[in-house]
Amino acid sequence: MKEVVVLSGKGGTGKTSILGSFAALSEKKVLADCDVDAADLHLLLNPSVREQEEFWSGQIATIDEEECTRCGLCEQLCRFDAIADYTVDPVACEGCGFCARICPVSAITMQEELAGNYFVSETKYGPLVHARLGIAKENSGKLVAQVRKKAKEVAEREGLEYILSDGPPGIGCPVISSISGVDLALLVTEPTLSGIHDLKRVQGVLRHFGIQSAVCINKWDLNEENTLNIEHYCSEEGVLVVSKIPYDDVFTEAMVHGVPVVEYAKGPVADEIEHMWASLVRFLRQETRG
Amino acid sequence: MKIAVASGKGGTGKTLVAVSLALSLSQGEHVQLLDCDVEEPNDHIFLNPEFSRRESVLVQVPQVDETGCTHCGECARVCAYHAIAVFASRVLVFPQLCHGCGACSYLCPENVIIESGREIGVVESARVKGIDFMHGKLTVGEALAPPVIREVQRHAQSGGTVIIDASPGTSCPVVEAVKGSDFCILVTEPTPFGLNDLMLAVEMVKKLDLPFGVVLNRSGTGDGKTLEYCREEGIPILLTIPLDTRIARLYSKGIPLVEGIPEWKERFIELFAKITELAYEGSGGIKR
Repeated sequence: MKEVVVLSGKGGTGKTSILGSFAALSEKKVLADCDVDAADLHLLLNPSVREQEEFWSGQIATIDEEECTRCGLCEQLCRFDAIADYTVDPVACEGCGFCARICPVSAITMQEELAGNYFVSETKYGPLVHARLGIAKENSGKLVAQVRKKAKEVAEREGLEYILSDGPPGIGCPVISSISGVDLALLVTEPTLSGIHDLKRVQGVLRHFGIQSAVCINKWDLNEENTLNIEHYCSEEGVLVVSKIPYDDVFTEAMVHGVPVVEYAKGPVADEIEHMWASLVRFLRQETRG
Repeated sequence: MKIAVASGKGGTGKTLVAVSLALSLSQGEHVQLLDCDVEEPNDHIFLNPEFSRRESVLVQVPQVDETGCTHCGECARVCAYHAIAVFASRVLVFPQLCHGCGACSYLCPENVIIESGREIGVVESARVKGIDFMHGKLTVGEALAPPVIREVQRHAQSGGTVIIDASPGTSCPVVEAVKGSDFCILVTEPTPFGLNDLMLAVEMVKKLDLPFGVVLNRSGTGDGKTLEYCREEGIPILLTIPLDTRIARLYSKGIPLVEGIPEWKERFIELFAKITELAYEGSGGIKR
């Protein structure tokens, strides 16, 4: 079983459209949407939910008003400024439990928090594991790990060859959680200075954790000079540029129609994405042999 | 007044809006721009600041003096993040898992745990183009963005206009960046992904009880559903930026919209006037 995650650093470079197309092009796979706080993959894959599970994240402190003697020790010791006027701000609370342990009259208890849900769904392209993190909730990294674990279970149960996951933007906790142990990270970038800056940072994370990567330059003809700079950077970094997709309105049109772009229109974009998927498959097979 | 720029979906134009708004206002009043997208800060690309100050962002992690340690295991028990493991004759600390809550050192019965700062990012600041600019930068390989965001936020000035550029999404880093603002601009694009993530972002700002409005970027692409949604929900459209290759090319080169096409300055000043009105005059058509 091989796991591929699509990342970008910068948001809005085309991760989900490309992964949605891989869903249409590949055989024997489970799809995973690891962008748990702004999940969009379901908009292309039209899933029907088969299983739903609750995601219980960390804990949140609550102060019993009746028991509280208003000594203020919890407020004084909380490093996250989550306690003011003898009440806990659930958004600021990081669930460390320090306050509950030091409260002299045991007026503080820690309560498990329902932070979201995750689902196993059926789509015409195969099973999809996706999630919905509650608004303003913490621990998206933990939910990403949960989604991946579930996807792995589905892959094992159904004897599938690939786990294809749509990763979150950025480089922080959900990204780190989405890459541990993957076989390949595909980095989708665009030829803008922001795109390049963010690509370098996310590639830095992959290098740091020793994860193999490949790069796709989306809208490469938007700025050819920047595209050359990306190619130069990748060759220095020893990272393969596996695809260059031209700018084309079909990307957005396909999204509006709620279908993967390779199914929406034949043409240079579809050809390029098909070619890219074939290259990735070759790469992953070589990895198995080598 | 503190104005946050957020989006739900990434790549919709937060940076474009935050930088252009700051530059448009900088001649008239005191403007501070805080880039709180500490995982991927981009504002500096458009401003080219020469940073004059650089501060480390530290998380306090435990150091156990094992000579006095009885290996009782209390520190491991109190750690909610599994950042300490205690064996018969050794204590292991996993600094990357530590959130720096301080419970272990406070509760150690032998008092042998001290804390020392571990750098997880930096905050850099500069005066550039009439703006007090500052951004946070999470160190590559580190997971915890919120402490870096909090450190940038700590520098928000109380007078003048403070503009905050948040990261995409709706979870803890975004909340950390936008809470405490007087107004939140939600930047979106009229596509199904843009709309889906806008709806999540709207839930977030409602939960935080912030007045808000929408900037619609790349108008002309996608479909009409985002506008329809805003109309139904009574969400004001504060500014519309068309899909235009000229704008995209400027962005690709790191040139702020209001410098590349100066006519836009007027529109950003109008945007600010609308925000001021909505923030101070209360509801203004916003259901809260």
